[in-house]
Amino acid sequence: MPVFNLTINGKAHSVDVDASMPLLWAIRDVVGLTGTKFGCGIAQCGACTVHLDGSPIRSCSFPVVAAVGKKITTIEGISEKMDHAVQKAWIELQVPQCGYCQSGQIMTAVALLKTKPHPTDADIDAAMAGNICRCGTYQRVKKAIHRASELMK
Amino acid sequence: MQPTSQLDRRNFIRLSGLTGAALVLGFRSSGAEQTADAALYNLETAGSTFEVTPFVIIDKMGLITIMSNKPEMGQGTYQSIPALIAEELEVSLDKVIIKQTSGEAAYGSQTAGGSSSVRGSYNQLRKTGASAREMLVTAASQQWNVPVTECYAENASVIHKPTGKKFGYGELVETASKLEVPKNPTLKKPEDFKILGKSIQRPDIPLKVSGKAMFGMDAQVPGMVYASVERCPVFGSKLISYDDSAALKIKGVLKVVKSERVYGKNKYEGIAVVAENYWAALQGRKALKVQWDYQGFDKFNSKEYEQSLRDMAKQDGLVAHNVGDFDKTFADSGIKLEALYETPIVSHSPMEPMNCTVNWMEGNKVEVWVSTQGPNIIKKEIANSQGISQDDVKVNVMFNGGGFGRRLYGDFATEAASIARAIGKPVKMIWTREDDTQAGPFRPMTYSAMKGSLSADGKVTAFQHKVISPSINGTSNAKYDKTKVDGTMVEGISDQKYEFPNMKNAYVYSETHIPLAAWRSVTSSTLAFAHECFIDELAVKAKKDPLAFRLELMSKESDAKKVLTKIKEFSKWGSPLPKGWARGVAQYEFFAGLAAHVVEVSKKADGSIKIEKVYCVIDLGTVVNPDNVKAQVEGAVAMGITAATKDGIVFEKGQSLQTNFQNNRMLRMNEMPKVEVMILADGGAKIKGVGEPGLPPVAPAIANAIFAATGKRIRRMPFDLNKIV
Repeated sequence: MPVFNLTINGKAHSVDVDASMPLLWAIRDVVGLTGTKFGCGIAQCGACTVHLDGSPIRSCSFPVVAAVGKKITTIEGISEKMDHAVQKAWIELQVPQCGYCQSGQIMTAVALLKTKPHPTDADIDAAMAGNICRCGTYQRVKKAIHRASELMK
Repeated sequence: MQPTSQLDRRNFIRLSGLTGAALVLGFRSSGAEQTADAALYNLETAGSTFEVTPFVIIDKMGLITIMSNKPEMGQGTYQSIPALIAEELEVSLDKVIIKQTSGEAAYGSQTAGGSSSVRGSYNQLRKTGASAREMLVTAASQQWNVPVTECYAENASVIHKPTGKKFGYGELVETASKLEVPKNPTLKKPEDFKILGKSIQRPDIPLKVSGKAMFGMDAQVPGMVYASVERCPVFGSKLISYDDSAALKIKGVLKVVKSERVYGKNKYEGIAVVAENYWAALQGRKALKVQWDYQGFDKFNSKEYEQSLRDMAKQDGLVAHNVGDFDKTFADSGIKLEALYETPIVSHSPMEPMNCTVNWMEGNKVEVWVSTQGPNIIKKEIANSQGISQDDVKVNVMFNGGGFGRRLYGDFATEAASIARAIGKPVKMIWTREDDTQAGPFRPMTYSAMKGSLSADGKVTAFQHKVISPSINGTSNAKYDKTKVDGTMVEGISDQKYEFPNMKNAYVYSETHIPLAAWRSVTSSTLAFAHECFIDELAVKAKKDPLAFRLELMSKESDAKKVLTKIKEFSKWGSPLPKGWARGVAQYEFFAGLAAHVVEVSKKADGSIKIEKVYCVIDLGTVVNPDNVKAQVEGAVAMGITAATKDGIVFEKGQSLQTNFQNNRMLRMNEMPKVEVMILADGGAKIKGVGEPGLPPVAPAIANAIFAATGKRIRRMPFDLNKIV
């Protein structure tokens, strides 16, 4: 069986798994980073969002083999002291309720702000529509993205 | 959430790293019997005859630990429960360690449901904090040898007013721990509150923005394996045989065993594939060859069942409420209306699919890690289904990735326990989203046959709400009595404050084998749709403004009248709106509380409807965290819109057509309207719930707004906003 070398949050990990295993399960079950969540398994809800070379992907539907040689960032890797502008805005506006989808919401928001530092409401709707929140925190997510944009100035 | 071991006293003290004296206040009970009114005891003086369970621990270093006895599922109990103690104890919440209780009998009911957590604990927990504070103040006065009246507590210290001398709580615990617990401590006046009533940041949120919060899904136990269960999507089927030879050849698959999930009177068989990781378990499951005997249940479909409900609407049913003479008044009336309202079965679909980690140890001792709304429920259901003692089941309550009523049930935990027992290893069983969508239990549909009559001057003379539905209790309880009115299934319909001189409400029970469950705001989530849309129909028939019509029906003062008056003002009811926009109003009062909403919708050029804005007034009496209340109402609005306008669960050939989020759609960011919330908290004696009351008015307010915008009356949920006209 092949061993895959993954770089997650700047750290090297070797995982001995089936090549078809989605990156999500390698991150959660094998590497043991549980901040990235399983929500649907078919790239419909966004709870499993991580960055691959800075771009958001749905790790539940992304084979581990395709992540080799790329830079993977998970929620645990976006800041060391919980001081990323998006995290700060999320705390300031008290966005999460149950919190389960929020790792994915935050990873998508971080990626959005990288490509569009000053997003409009329509930009946010378009970028965030792939992330379901059953608690219904959308109004706060939107406000917090605008707030993070201000904090990043 | 940090998983903690069972919190008996010895363990707890070890866990807290306590050495020597500490002030430990707790409740005590005799054995496994739950004591709702357990008295408060000082552990140092209480003796050891009974189990004493700590609620507040202050050690010599001044470290303060407060227990939260209600699971956190997003509703904020991880803050609101400790806040009740911290307020009276005069400590700020960021200086406190919060620990979750685990179903121990002495903590009483640890179920978070029915919007009851704060309401149910408000006085008792404040008393606990006040007792501790008074003991510390007394201890300080003794140590200084000054009158107790010269001392007061502030910021985890006791201060001697005349001299400004100060003791930290840690310096007082040794003396305090020898004192008797005051029976009637003085509670703080609301105007002196520093925590309650303030929008303080929630302590769980930093954990939830950094991936550190531990949900049931994240439990890690040494030696743990993973399981996925193949069940028959047709409820009521029996397993004939299965072939696991291909499954066992898949890399990582360790074992295949039979499982059993117990939901009330129902037992559901399954085949569990156990593997080194979850992906391997899923691949193994796909490779199973299983034969089921559907026992005829594959003939079941929603279309026919719904038609049977329509047919049953002609029956009189059981009378739930009767005032005046409805039959005669309605028969004699010249102006009358009749309408049938229909609602669907829906799923709970919390973002964290059902999962449970169980370690089955020697001597049939069991440890469980689970996202649950009620650790007591998990203990009881595992013990009962496995024939073991509840005392041998230890439950670690994790953060719930959503509850909405689904996690009030232990069915999935009984399934995980059956697997753990069969393999003798710690196992994490995870449901796929498909399992979570299709396996139930679901919110029931209700049909409502409405009748109303009006006098010539537009006053309601007779009113009837007859509910035709299956029953939540009926699908789980073997002893369900269908000769009596099912209170849950007629929830709230006779409690609205409208003054109808003649009203007769009724219930018609319909059998089903589909497992049903409480869902956020329970039956009010569907009954309010019929009730409040029909009130609108009567208003239209009477040619009156819908909000004015409602207020005219409430001559007496009531909270409902107050809420309607406020929503009128808050939403600027009657003020001009942009072209194509219109408003609708609805209110509903039920066991959990009371709220009213005004929804503004717009009609687009293509005929579709957009929900633009929702104004909400929620009546609480007393509020712990206003910002969190607003968040809960915002969330209830989102959930209400999903239930009103998305897919619902539809059965064909005995199984749910909906499988995952592509066909069981949830509201998304781009569909979320602006929500504005007003809280009424005038300090009234009755404290009302937060989590649920924001939901029932959503669907009827939308439908009433759509009528105002288009003239089209909606009497069936779900309705597609793109296909109204």
